[in-house]
Amino acid sequence: MIRLSIPVRQALSKLTLPVLIAAAFGLMLLGKADAVLAERARMAVADALAPIYGVLAAPLAHGRATIDNMQRMVTLYSDNARLREENERLRKWQAVAMTLDAENALLKANLRWVPDPTPSYVTARVVADAGGVYARAVLLSLGPNHGIVKGQIALDDRGLVGRVTEVGTRSARVLLLTDINSRIPVVMEQSRARAMLVGTNGSRPRLLHWPEGVQPAEGERIVTSAEANAFPAGLPVGTVHFTASNVPEVQPEARLDRLEVVRLFDYGLRGVLAPETPNRSAERRR
Amino acid sequence: MSDRLPGIRPRQSIWLRLDGFARHSFPGAGTALLLLLAAAPLGLPGQAQLLVATSLACVFFWSLFRPSCMAPPLVFVIGLLVDLLGFAPVGVNVFTLLATHGLAMLWRRFLTRQGFFLVWLAFIVVAVGVALLQWIMTSVLILALLPPWPVLFQAALAAGMYPLLAVLLTWAHQSLGQGEAA
Repeated sequence: MIRLSIPVRQALSKLTLPVLIAAAFGLMLLGKADAVLAERARMAVADALAPIYGVLAAPLAHGRATIDNMQRMVTLYSDNARLREENERLRKWQAVAMTLDAENALLKANLRWVPDPTPSYVTARVVADAGGVYARAVLLSLGPNHGIVKGQIALDDRGLVGRVTEVGTRSARVLLLTDINSRIPVVMEQSRARAMLVGTNGSRPRLLHWPEGVQPAEGERIVTSAEANAFPAGLPVGTVHFTASNVPEVQPEARLDRLEVVRLFDYGLRGVLAPETPNRSAERRR
Repeated sequence: MSDRLPGIRPRQSIWLRLDGFARHSFPGAGTALLLLLAAAPLGLPGQAQLLVATSLACVFFWSLFRPSCMAPPLVFVIGLLVDLLGFAPVGVNVFTLLATHGLAMLWRRFLTRQGFFLVWLAFIVVAVGVALLQWIMTSVLILALLPPWPVLFQAALAAGMYPLLAVLLTWAHQSLGQGEAA
């Protein structure tokens, strides 16, 4: 260690804080100017932590499941009654679906229909919440040679989750459709009218920009639209729900608050890349 | 510093040095570990806010009661870790934590002689200030007016968890101090 005189040392220790505060501002500007660098630093940290969190995730999920089970014991009786009733209803729907399926197959055979290619997918475990105070995202743990690229579409077992925005060597980040930067072109299933699904960071994204003369109906199903070549058509997103102030929101089909495993589909669509870190998406919007 | 003071003390063996180093680096390392834990997939609601609130409470406490172990460069590194872990615009938490450290150093002479409640009150003031600062800076960096509720919740969470964390950290502080005095 260099021996310095006491006044010099005192002056240096007084200077450290202002210099570091200036460096913090420099860092902000750097993060704004070179978003790729910031993204690489983030994914390096995520790559290092994803395996650790992956190991942690299993016992934590087990613990949560135990608590859930205990809660379910309390509502066992009412749940049973509700499920019995639901089962009855679904049995009727199953009959309808089977008839329609047979009819569909018959019609397709008559039309010489070329089936859509089945997309390839990769299943990945959600290891951590990668949102911040102002973001809704999840971190996925992946193998070393995963082949995931930006813009791939994430679904859980029920519906659309979001899109891959950042890819590291062992991890990837999926921006959820509830994020404030998320914009998804959708179609209302009954009226076939197009609209935009705009995230608000809340649990329900908003429905905006539907054409004049059409009104979204309560409970109407919302699916993705192939407009802008960012999503394939017809992926289930959610159902319309009106707030008390009569604003149409969409209740996502996917269980975004308890994602454990997601499927990443490669539809080969590169129309509009998903928004990236908050900084970069803001730049592009300008 | 210790070599300049007169007195009899044990010879500086490697173990003694190692022990001293461990004690000296505990506040920083402990804070980093707590942050990694706060970012772990616990599945708690409001976990994004928990990360920032934890970092704030730890930096405030150690800056106040053991500033030699929570030097500005360390605060800088902790802030960077929070930014990278929390996917926030880089630099925002670095700045707010450095400001917290600066305020704690400024109020140190007065606050360390006061009881717990006054320290807590000072921390609440800092937490609210930091929340507003964070809201303004993130809004400016993203070029969009963001809702202030998430950061206000964060301030409330920080204020609420401080007593709990303070009990833990005071205990650590005291056990560290005993070793240093020996």
